[in-house]
Order: sequence, then C-alpha cells, then structure tokens
Amino acid sequence: MYKPFHLVPANTRFDFMRFHKPAFLLSVIMVIGSIVLIFTKGLNYGIDFAGGVLMEVQSKQEQVVDLGALRGKLDGLEIGEITLQTFGAENTVLIRIPQQPGGDQATQQAVAKLKATLGDQWDYRRTETVGPKVGEELKSSAVWASLLAILGIMGYVWFRYEWQFGINAVLALIHDCVTTVGLFALTGMEFNLTTVAAVLTIAGYSVNDTVVIYDRIRYDMRRYKTMAIKDLINLALNSTLSRTTVTSGLTLLSVLALALFGGEVIRGFSIAMIWGIVIGTYSTICVAAPLLIYMHLHRIRGKEPTDPKSKGDTAAQQGA
Amino acid sequence: MLQFSKFKVTIILGIILLGIIFSAPNLVPSDKLASLPGWVPKTVVSLGLDLQGGSHLLYEVDTAKFLNERLDSVVNDIRDKLTKGQTKFGYLNLGASNGTVSLTLRDPNQIDAARPLLQQATTDMDLQIGSDGKVTAKYTDETLRRLKAQLIEQSIEVIRKRIDQTGTKEPTIIRQGEDRIVVQLPGVKDPEHIKDLIGKTAKMTFHMVDEAAEVSGQPAPTDMVAKVRNPKSDGAVQLIVQKLPLLSGQNLTDAQQSFEGGGQPVVAFKFDNIGAKKFGQATAQNVGKRFAIILDGEIITAPVIKDAILGGSGIISGSFTVQSAQDLALLLRAGALPADLTVIEERTVGADLGADSIEAGKKACLIAIVLIVVAMLVLYGFFGLIANVALVLNAILIFAGLSALGATLTFPGIAGLVLTLGMAVDANVLILERVREEMRNGRSPVTAMEAGYREAQGTIIDANATHVIATLFLFEFGSGPIKGFAITLLIGVVTSFFTSVYVTRLLTSVWLRRARPKLLPL
Repeated sequence: MYKPFHLVPANTRFDFMRFHKPAFLLSVIMVIGSIVLIFTKGLNYGIDFAGGVLMEVQSKQEQVVDLGALRGKLDGLEIGEITLQTFGAENTVLIRIPQQPGGDQATQQAVAKLKATLGDQWDYRRTETVGPKVGEELKSSAVWASLLAILGIMGYVWFRYEWQFGINAVLALIHDCVTTVGLFALTGMEFNLTTVAAVLTIAGYSVNDTVVIYDRIRYDMRRYKTMAIKDLINLALNSTLSRTTVTSGLTLLSVLALALFGGEVIRGFSIAMIWGIVIGTYSTICVAAPLLIYMHLHRIRGKEPTDPKSKGDTAAQQGA
Repeated sequence: MLQFSKFKVTIILGIILLGIIFSAPNLVPSDKLASLPGWVPKTVVSLGLDLQGGSHLLYEVDTAKFLNERLDSVVNDIRDKLTKGQTKFGYLNLGASNGTVSLTLRDPNQIDAARPLLQQATTDMDLQIGSDGKVTAKYTDETLRRLKAQLIEQSIEVIRKRIDQTGTKEPTIIRQGEDRIVVQLPGVKDPEHIKDLIGKTAKMTFHMVDEAAEVSGQPAPTDMVAKVRNPKSDGAVQLIVQKLPLLSGQNLTDAQQSFEGGGQPVVAFKFDNIGAKKFGQATAQNVGKRFAIILDGEIITAPVIKDAILGGSGIISGSFTVQSAQDLALLLRAGALPADLTVIEERTVGADLGADSIEAGKKACLIAIVLIVVAMLVLYGFFGLIANVALVLNAILIFAGLSALGATLTFPGIAGLVLTLGMAVDANVLILERVREEMRNGRSPVTAMEAGYREAQGTIIDANATHVIATLFLFEFGSGPIKGFAITLLIGVVTSFFTSVYVTRLLTSVWLRRARPKLLPL
C-alpha cells in the first residue's frame, strides 16, 4: 500500500523559543503600526459604513472604457466627488458617489440622474445605496458583533483553560485582528461588511490554531512534570508542527483558490483571509505560545496530584 | 475503536442517508422536481439576491408626517365642533405641536359643555382639561404603537398590491423594526421602474376649480393653490382649487390604461356606487366649470365639465405616454400609500453579475476541493482517502442543512463553504498526526487509532467552539449576504465535526476489522 509522504519529518527539534524576543518586537511594531495607520491614514470605508452610492456598470459597446471621457460626462452632474475605477474587466467600471447632503431622497435622485446620463449604453450590474442612518447602524452593529465575538471567545477560553492561557489567546487574537485591519489601512483596500466578516472569521481561526497548541502544552505539562516551561513549549510546538503546516497549508490553498478564481466581488475578503491565516499561524507559534513563559504557570502545575505546593515551586523556578 | 454498536452505526448511516435525500433535490432541474412524488423533499437551497440577481430595498415610512396629518385633522375637527355647533365656544391658541393638540377655552364656565365635544374629536387620545380652560390631548404610547403598526401594515398591503400587478414573482415584503419595510424582489429586470412605482404615494383627489379667485392673490381659507404638472404652453402654471375634495381615489373600483379618440393614451376609471352618485351630483351642478384631478399635490388635468357624468366612469387625459398611463392606472387600482416612503438602503444585483458570481464561486469551490483532495491523498494515503470521503459527505450535508433549514446561499456563503472545506480536514489532520505519533511510540495499529481519536477529540471540540462563537455573533448582527456566510459556516462546523470524527472513525474501524493490518500505512 502507498506509504504517504511526510511533509514535516517526525521529531523535529526547532528551538522556536530562541526567536521569541525578536518576534515579540516585530509583533509589537506591527500592532502599533496598524493602530497608528488606522488613526492617521484611516480606513477606506466602503459605502456600507460611509454611506453613498456604488454602481458597477459594464459597457455594452466598448471593449475598453475611457475613464477620462466618462468622467467628463459625469462631472457636470453636481453630485459630489465621483470616483471611477475599472473593476475586473476593462469594460467594467465601478462608480462611487459620496453621501448626498440632501439625505436619502437626494441620494435616490443622484442615482436617477446618473442613470439618465449614462443611458442604455451600459449594463447596470450592481447598484448599492446606503443612507446615512443605515450606514451608522451597520457601523455600530459591526462594532458590536466584533466586540461580543471577542468577549465570547475570551469567555470560552477562560472557561476551558486557566486564565493565563485565556489572556494569551485573546492577545494573539487581538494581534491578528488589529494587524488585519491595519493591512486594510496600509493598502487602502475597501473596508466594508465583508471585511468585518473576514476579521471575525480570522478571530475564530486564530483562536482555533492557538487552542490546538495550548491543548498540547497542557497535555505535555501533565506528562513531563519537571520539564522547564520553555522546553515544554518547544516540545509542544514541534510535535504539532506537522499538523500546523498541513492545516494552515490546506486552508491557505482553499483561500487562494477563492482569491484567484472567486472573482472581483469577494477579492477583499479573500485577501484578508490569506493574511489572517498567515498571521494567525505566526501569532500562535511566535506570540501565544512563547507568552506563556511570562505567565506564572506554576499554579496550574501545582494542581497536579501529590504535594502540590513543592512541585509548583520547582516548576516556577525552572520556568523563570 | 473496533466496536461500534449497531445503534450508532444505524444513526450514522441514517444521518448520511437523510443528508443525501435532502441535498438531492438541488441536483434535479426545477421543472422535473414538481413531478416527483409527494414524499420526496423538494426544498432546494434558495439563492440570495446577490447570486440570482434582484433588488433588496429598505424603506422608511414617514410616521412623523402621518401623525402630524392626523393631529391636523383632529385640530380641524375641534375647530368645526366648537364653532359650528348650536353653542359657540370661544378659544385661543388651537394647534398641534410635538405630538400634542392644545387650546385654551376663553370662558372656563364652558368647560362642562365643551367636554363631550372635545371627547368626540379626540376619541383615542388622552384628553386633559384644566380648570383654567387649558386643554391638551395626545396619543398614549400604546395608541401610538398601534397606529404605527397599522400604518406599516397598510403600507405593506399597498406595496404588495402594486408589486403583484407588475408580475414580479415571489416578492418578500416584511416589516423591520419600528418604521421600516424590507422589499426583496428576486430576478427583477427594471428595478428603477418598480422603485418608482413603490415610492409614489399616489394620493388622488378631485377638486372643483375656484374660477372666481385671483391666481395671484392670497387664496381664501377654503381654497388652496395647486401646481399644474406639464402645463401647456398657453395654460396656467397653477390653479386655485377648493381645499375640500369632492372625491378621492378611495372611491375608485377600477382603472385601466386605454386610448382617447385621437389615439392619445389615457386612464379610464370607474367609481364605486357612492363615488358615482357624488360625482354625478357635482358634475350636474357645475356644468361649464372646471374640476381638477390632483395626484400627489400636482394637478394632472383640469377639464371643463360639459355634461353631468352619471355613469360613474370617466377618463383622465394629461399628456401621458402608454407607460405612464399604465403606471397611473396600476397605482390607482392598488390604492394610495397611507404615508410617504423613502429608500434608505438599496442593493440591486443584475442577473449577469449574479450568474458570473455563481460561476466564479463554483470554480473556486471545485479547485479548492481538488487541491485538498489531492493533498490529503499525498500526505495521508489511504487515510487521506477516507478523509476525502468524509469531505465530500460534508459538502453534501452542508447542502442538506441549507435546504432543510430553508437557508439562503449567498456569495459570501460560497466563500464560507470553501473556507469550511479547507478547515474541515483539520480534524482529520489532527487525528492522523496524533496516530502517527502514537505509532512512533510503538503502539499497535488499533490502539494507536484509538488514542488518536480519543486525544484529538477534545481539541477538535475546543477549536470548533471558538468558530461557532465568532460566527453566531456574525449571524446575529450581519445583514443579508453576511448572514448567508455565517449560516454556511455554522452548518459547516457541525457537519464537519460529524463527518471528520464519526464517519472516518466508522470507515477506519470497518477497514481495521477486515484487513487486520500489522502496520498502518501512514
């Protein structure tokens, strides 16, 4: 019978912990950089949050649309600053109109004006309008969903693990989510509802990945009661390395398929997910696991049977 | 590991069978589906508007304006009752503001006499009369709620009638929150036209033109100025008409587009019995004078009455096109909206883009599956094959779940499906890596398998639980397409746990019992 190929050889002995300090530094820089970018450069909010009009139109005649000529045609409409961008194909254009000062009714009139000017030379593939009130509501519900999801995950990890694990898992999760949002600020990719869905999925994935390693660390802690915590973490990371590589690789493959073949509409989502899987795997190995050495894990180990107090103390000394 | 109770095996096979039965209708063309026997489940996964094309419209009903109008009519009623009855009452500051009608009776001694009249005028309101003659009336919270609910209810009714008349199939029209209505129109070709039809209030009234009044002067209190729509080059831009309408669109029983003698498109209408009688009387008394037909505040026509119109039917002519005459006839048949509507959110996707999205989604899905299947075969050989069987079953079960729940598959939902398939094999990877480890520790095939499943199970549950939590909140707060994403992920997490833990375990145990291998090919 076919003897399968082992992607990662058995019994690797990488010293992951050796790199944990530069990794921490890198992570801190990425998180702070992301926050600075989010607050200075800001996010390119899509109409879901900013309100306004988004239209995807496709020329019925031209193979390549002359954006300059189209702009000239639309500039006289006086409906605010119109942005034009080819979308996927050369004959497809994404038109954005900002929120109209006159409110919802003015927005509808702007759409009607735009359609009247463009005429029937175009296929209207997509029309989305979001009024100011709805935009605000979508924003606040996105914020609530994110906060509650993070709290919920935190609660679960808290309940299933000791608090030290819980805090680290959530730190890693926040690290992943913040840098994902930071990526959107850096690249100026549109930030919309689908992006929020991606961020929350990344949150789930990030903790999922962390939980697998933590389970292993706990398991090894029970098996090797006297091993230094640093070595324990290395051991757990090495023994799950094959799984980490395979799972991340396969998930990455399927998201790559989405990014390459899934079309223009969900490209932002796919790119966010690619980043999320890479950063989620990195943060598990380089942030969530190594952070444990700074937590006083002796309490957990102290819970083991036979003379909890003395055992706990030795473990703490070894771990320090 | 080897032991699977008959009961467990039956349950597992039963779930798989149900999965196949419930997902199968998705493969049958819809025209053939109807001819199948009754016991076959026929619900298929419904495609979201972003995939099949169509419009999602969120309307806000102007409840404030509606309530103000109601208060205004209460004010008018009070004025009539206090001044036109046998006893006249003197009052000050009669008016409505901030949802409250107020006035002050000049003579506090008249309070007792005025009370029954005021009560009549403010039946469902909370009426307060002070001893100094100060009167206030406002709606109680409960009444306000009821009025708003009725208003939304009536609006939905009118919207439904209008949409039905356009021939749009399977529209969804539901209330959302306090004062909003969601309208979903799958597969609609010309969303602007339908939006136009839904958005029109279509309040039609018939008024006599006050020929004596000066157009430039201040109109008398019983008169009002109305703009003429499409005024003729030699005609008036506005007319002065009597405020009180003779009749309204409510008295109509039918309206149809037809043609005048000259071939001009017109709208022919019929009154009900009461309307016909009133219209007959009014036209008989006013031969030679003009009456105006006002639609949403604008005069569409103001013809001269040549004869008494007794048959209860007539035509409206007013420089219509065939389309606009048809639209007006439709609006008149469906009735007027009780309040103004504004679109506050619109998501329209053309059928072409929807079809493109389905194609792209299918392609991404297939490529992802092929990549995963090949990778699992290369990495885990025979057990990879078992995991792949589970993966395919998982896809079937996800579709069965979506069908059985009547859930909607959206474009982000397809992305969720792809993602789920990628993550679903994680459980098998965890188990198989664990088994490899146990084998290295010198365990026999059966005990290594046993340990693999036992040790990995807790981790798999923890890892999936975090996903469920994140997804639940996404489902709770997300809108349309995002909800589709969340529901696909949710179903996927549950089904993948079943297939990648129970199904693979059953298959592996059957193989172990048959083959009794000395070494696992892993």
